[in-house]
Amino acid sequence: MKYLLQRLAFYLVTAWAAITINFLIPRMMPGDPVQALLARFQGQLDTSAVDSLTALFGLDRNQSLWQQYTDYWSHLLDGDLGLSFTFFPTPVSEVIAQSLPWTLALVGLTTLISFVLGTGIGVFTGWRRGSWLDGLLPVTTFISAIPYFWLGLIAIALFAVKWPLFPESGGYDNSLVPAFDWPFISSALYHGVLPGLTIVLSAVAGWILGMRNMMVTVSSEDYVMVAQAKGLSERRVMFGYAARNAVLPNISGFALSIGFIVGGTLLVEMVFSYPGIGLQLFQAVGAKDYPLMQGVFLIITLSVLAANLLADVIYMALDPRTRREA
Amino acid sequence: MSEPVLTVRGLNVDYGTGDDAVHALRDIDLTLHRGEVLGLAGESGSGKSTLAYAVTRLLSPPGVITGGEVHYHRRDGGALDLLALSAAGLRAFRWQELSIVFQGAMNSLNPVHTVHSQLTDVLRAHRPGMKRSERTARARELLALVGISADRLSAYPHQLSGGMRQRVMIAMALALEPEIVIMDEPTTALDVVMQRQILSQLVRLREELGFSVVFITHDISLLIEFSDRIAIMYGGRIVEEARAAAIYRDPHHPYSDGLLHSFPALHGARRELTGIPGSPPHLSAMPAGCAFHPRCGKALDACAGHVPVLAAPDGDASRTVACWLHRPAPATAAPRP
Amino acid sequence: MAVTAAAEVAVTDATEPPAPGRRRLRFLRGRKTVVGLGILAFFAVIAVIGPWIAPYDPDAMSDALLQPPSGAHWFGTTHTGQDVLSQILVGTRGVLVVGFVAGILATVLSVLIGVSAGFLGGTADELLSLLSNVFLVIPGLPLIIIIASLVSDAGDLLIAAVIAFTSWAWGARVLRAQTLSLRRRDYVEAARATGESTWRIILFEVLPNLTAVIASGFVGTVVFAILSEITLAFIGVADISDWNWGTVLFWAQSNQALAQGAWWWFVPAGLCIALLGMSLGLINFGIDEFVNPRLRTESGASRKVRMRVGFTPVARTGTSEKETRP
Repeated sequence: MKYLLQRLAFYLVTAWAAITINFLIPRMMPGDPVQALLARFQGQLDTSAVDSLTALFGLDRNQSLWQQYTDYWSHLLDGDLGLSFTFFPTPVSEVIAQSLPWTLALVGLTTLISFVLGTGIGVFTGWRRGSWLDGLLPVTTFISAIPYFWLGLIAIALFAVKWPLFPESGGYDNSLVPAFDWPFISSALYHGVLPGLTIVLSAVAGWILGMRNMMVTVSSEDYVMVAQAKGLSERRVMFGYAARNAVLPNISGFALSIGFIVGGTLLVEMVFSYPGIGLQLFQAVGAKDYPLMQGVFLIITLSVLAANLLADVIYMALDPRTRREA
Repeated sequence: MSEPVLTVRGLNVDYGTGDDAVHALRDIDLTLHRGEVLGLAGESGSGKSTLAYAVTRLLSPPGVITGGEVHYHRRDGGALDLLALSAAGLRAFRWQELSIVFQGAMNSLNPVHTVHSQLTDVLRAHRPGMKRSERTARARELLALVGISADRLSAYPHQLSGGMRQRVMIAMALALEPEIVIMDEPTTALDVVMQRQILSQLVRLREELGFSVVFITHDISLLIEFSDRIAIMYGGRIVEEARAAAIYRDPHHPYSDGLLHSFPALHGARRELTGIPGSPPHLSAMPAGCAFHPRCGKALDACAGHVPVLAAPDGDASRTVACWLHRPAPATAAPRP
Repeated sequence: MAVTAAAEVAVTDATEPPAPGRRRLRFLRGRKTVVGLGILAFFAVIAVIGPWIAPYDPDAMSDALLQPPSGAHWFGTTHTGQDVLSQILVGTRGVLVVGFVAGILATVLSVLIGVSAGFLGGTADELLSLLSNVFLVIPGLPLIIIIASLVSDAGDLLIAAVIAFTSWAWGARVLRAQTLSLRRRDYVEAARATGESTWRIILFEVLPNLTAVIASGFVGTVVFAILSEITLAFIGVADISDWNWGTVLFWAQSNQALAQGAWWWFVPAGLCIALLGMSLGLINFGIDEFVNPRLRTESGASRKVRMRVGFTPVARTGTSEKETRP
């Protein structure tokens, strides 16, 4: 339990750091981009909206930095992330609430699939070293070097334009009203295939390489030799001894690279105009919608932290050495 | 002497293949008799562990067996050619007939499985008919055999002390009551008190269960105390083999003599500790002739040019030695081409 | 990025270094490394001479609108008749400059923070480790996007600085672990005992032994920096008047190159990114194998005998048996 508490404390510190960075960035930048936008929307904003934007972006120069900081926190804790300029006058929190489920479904599912698939293939390539599977390595190195979004472009060019098997953009058929019924869900799944495959294909390569190297390293550990000497079945030695230990560093690697992966998948959403957080960020960047950008960054960071915590819990369940007190 | 249980003839092992290969073992002849403790001694790099792993075909890459024969003899008289076994045959043979207590128990146990799981997976693999409860009962029995209380079954390796882990390894080695147990430096990582405790326990268990032991260590005084016969290795060859008492009283090979003077004896008269000058040769740069001659105080001219064969010295069939001091030296004028 | 998990483990069992001269040669002997360095050298040459060998002015429009590859335009033309090949040749410099500047800055940061943390220990270590872990978990790309879009005209060097600021943490973490293990080595203990100053020990005893780890971190950061920079250009955050491969993709995407079937507009840039990324990946492979010999694939000569953990091969050659029995 102590391990988990330590991790929790760490994530709290990280969340605090991310929020503080978010607070400081607009205040350290030259010029007042938000001020300019505020002036443009002057007549359309009510006082409470102006108030929250002022607090979030530090437009009131008369306040001390500390005062701004406490104001900022009190708005955040109320769930007030300001108003989006792109979807004026919708609050940022509402825009995010609409797009977050799409991202969680797409990115969460594909990240999980690519991790499991890549780790599985990595187990076999690492165990059967020198077999034909080693021939996959240069290919995976090449694929892992391709940016996600470019692979997405190619996928669209091939499977949406040249052979129109899948839709080239969107998260569901626009003629449908989002609801929990079969036509909508099937349409959402159909639209998710191409972006999903793109993410899986580009993410899986890294997991294959990582797991393969871990398998090779673990295979020469004494306990694997002992397992062989015991005459255990190949399956037991490979999974129960080698892979079971090799997967541990891969899981901590997973936790650490979630941030990188999410960065890449956001781009896939942009390319496919998939109605998730990534597309929102893209539109916010185009429209210089700073409140939305900052809100998206906060939400992404918090999601990554949650994913990390989940990975920690799984790691704890798999490695008895982390639960010493039990 | 009783019948043989394991015979090794002309065993050769290389590390690597092709031009980069180095010879790790050369022409090893060795016989293990039923019920005896055979000690293997030598400095690190002499090939004693390589021999143990090669016999069981557990040698890690890039080890390759390049020649020779290894036969296991069943009680019913049938022999098993270990070098010809398939992977499945080897799996069935391992642990059932021959088990190993590995060097460094620290890493020999799988850190993510409990003691129970690691004791019983052997039973699951080799005794498919056994019920779950029977396996657990057997695991308790095994722990009791080495003096560990049954509540440690649910422990993970990191929760055990070094001595306990080594005893778990010994319990594991006895799980299937094999004919042969190879002990590779089983006590090197432990303190002296623990060493003696564990070795005495082993002696007792051997008397109860009647298995044969190959005992590998660089500590020759331990060997003399605990083994029946001793084979001394140097540079990938066996240089002398004799009964433990004979080695102790009258070592024939100058290297055996040097080894005896490198460790304080646990019992008996004090000897002067002199050690051996120089350091063991590297496998890739083995001296010509007798590999020991550059460090040998009694080297003859013949030693540099001719490899001495392991054979019985004049008038004593109970032992063998590979040294020109104990056999007519070849004419130095005609070295081998 | 999953590969790094294995690298971290590999790094901790780096053994006593033999003579440095021979080590360097052995590093260069690997086929992967040679191929990787070759591709990198090719792009480096293009980066230097690109603007001179470009057949056209990358900005110049012509009458050849949206032409597929031909003798006159090897990589085809854009919708305004610009030559794609020239854009790529001219754009190589920006890609490499940002990649390497960011790599150098991030490496300097990671060495400063990682080595100090590992060497100083105590509270300083706790704080510096916390700092790098926080930066490791916060998703880098969204942060880079936000900072870059808040700055009005983000030039190459500023972008490189921002990328470096968000990507030093991985290297710092690995370096800290390695420094910790080095600190306990005899020769470092000896230097401390004889009263050498801390900085002298770090410079002359510790840093030389971290070379491989630092190099691997540097290469990894360069890959990340290049991908980030291209991404920024692609979504239009970076200054799109400077040519780089991301800008080419930006124009291709914003002019519906996909829908018009103009594959030549975005395929070359993507392949260049993948090739450059692969070359850096191969170099890192070489470094990994050099640090962790277990990962080395066997040389061609030993292919005849299948090596397998737990089942020593028997390959009777019959030569050495008679050798000693004349």
